[in-house]
Amino acid sequence: MTINMGPQHPATHGVLRVVLELDGEVIVKAIPHIGHLHRGIEKLAESKTYHQSIPFTDRLDYTNAMGNNLAYVLAVEKLLGIEVPKRAQYLRVMMAELQRIAAHLIWLGTHVLDIGATTPIFYTFREREDILRIFEEVAGGRLTPTYLRIGGVSKDLPDGIEEEIKAFIQDFPEHVKEYETLLTKNVIWLKRTKEVGVISKEDAISWGVTGPTLRGSGVKYDVRKAFPYSSYEDFDFEIPIGSVGDVYDRYIVRLREMEWSNSIVEQALERLPKGPIIANDPRITLPPKDDVLQDIASLIRQFKIISEGFQPPRGEVYASVEASKGELGFYIVSDGSNRPYRFRIRTPSFANLSALPKMIEGGLIADVISAIGSIDIVLGEIDR
Amino acid sequence: MAEINLAVKKLQERFPASVLEVKTFRGEVTVSVAKKDIFEICKFLYADLDLRYEMLTDLCGVDFFPQTPRFEVVYHLYSVKNNQRLRLKTRVEEDESIPSAEPIWKVANWYEREAYDLLGIPFENHPDLRRILLWDGYEGYPLRKDYPTEGPDFDKPFVPEV
Repeated sequence: MTINMGPQHPATHGVLRVVLELDGEVIVKAIPHIGHLHRGIEKLAESKTYHQSIPFTDRLDYTNAMGNNLAYVLAVEKLLGIEVPKRAQYLRVMMAELQRIAAHLIWLGTHVLDIGATTPIFYTFREREDILRIFEEVAGGRLTPTYLRIGGVSKDLPDGIEEEIKAFIQDFPEHVKEYETLLTKNVIWLKRTKEVGVISKEDAISWGVTGPTLRGSGVKYDVRKAFPYSSYEDFDFEIPIGSVGDVYDRYIVRLREMEWSNSIVEQALERLPKGPIIANDPRITLPPKDDVLQDIASLIRQFKIISEGFQPPRGEVYASVEASKGELGFYIVSDGSNRPYRFRIRTPSFANLSALPKMIEGGLIADVISAIGSIDIVLGEIDR
Repeated sequence: MAEINLAVKKLQERFPASVLEVKTFRGEVTVSVAKKDIFEICKFLYADLDLRYEMLTDLCGVDFFPQTPRFEVVYHLYSVKNNQRLRLKTRVEEDESIPSAEPIWKVANWYEREAYDLLGIPFENHPDLRRILLWDGYEGYPLRKDYPTEGPDFDKPFVPEV
């Protein structure tokens, strides 16, 4: 029998359609169909200046907007060869890690809800709300803050926010324990996740799987450690890995990752250096607003950058970050003009989803939901 | 850097005629190779015990219209063992096919479907070469440089055939 799951299905986290060929309850073949959310961001960005493309990146994986911003600005900065001030780097790390926690909280709440446990989502969204409130105060936006700029960040921390972040990081480890009491030894949870959706180390690598899904299979690959960016080498953290590569291992990996992210935020806040928050490069970054109001040269500089952008050297770069779902990379080809010649986004969920048939074929139909939830897909970044 | 040079050195030794250009820009090594040997080169990079480029991080096409050959296929490889990245590139003419890397890296299946979908680069020996993001029956390849950003018929009403 062939059944069609999605594209309007609450457990497919967006608009994913999977055609399942069944033999009784066993899946013989699974064919994912994607593209329902295709917005042509790669094509659109070719006609925008480099600054104008930053908001597009928020809308890729909309649960991890800060991380997406970071990947893109890192690629452009690499292309330009500019240095980012230390304070801005630390602020970026802080925001990216808070965002990782928020993204994992959405994953935990919705994934568990799919499987049938209704309670955890109320817990996880409570903490996520705290993070979004912090983002709102820091950047002005909640879901799509567009906080990062090429060369730095858009604003410095507002007064009093440090206490709020401190309060959050102090409470958060307790909250992780709460989630664990609900799930980690819950018999129903164990039955639904242990030995389900297994993917081996070798297969995971061959299918280009990255992020917690890859680490659940026991491969210690994390871009933050492998190719440190934005001062990640300054922070102490470990990379949690699993051994079996099933849904349960991915769950454990993400829980531990949240704790480490929390620790990174704490370290960054403690050692937050003083100084400028954006590089001062007259070709690339905007002048301070006060100068624009008083000084004609700054006004011209602002006008030129907003209307024309800047012209990076010819060349091509690939820069990637460890986003909440895996390795998010931007490959930018520049022809020396003020617009990217090719704007390629390597999104983690795309590769991770391509491994879905490998995880679920031969398993039971009820486990499809488990497996889809466990790879934490967001269709916004798969379809782009 | 020594390890990256090792990959380049090994490639030059093994495929002297096919390695066309080696470039380093911002610390990233790019090797341009001839299309005829691309599959063999990929297999070599994957299998060589010192290199072990086991992961295909990304595969994409770039349109250099109106240059010839028109397209460039770019492979981003990653070696888990050595923690090294390598960029491999090859040029292909319009309507000319290129061997699929799917037998080496499974993830190439979807990446190549995407390159086919958006740029119209056909891949040989691909197990399932269909459009992936756009629907079947879509006309044209939107990422090509001669395809207008707003679409060819943006000002015409959309009337589906009944």
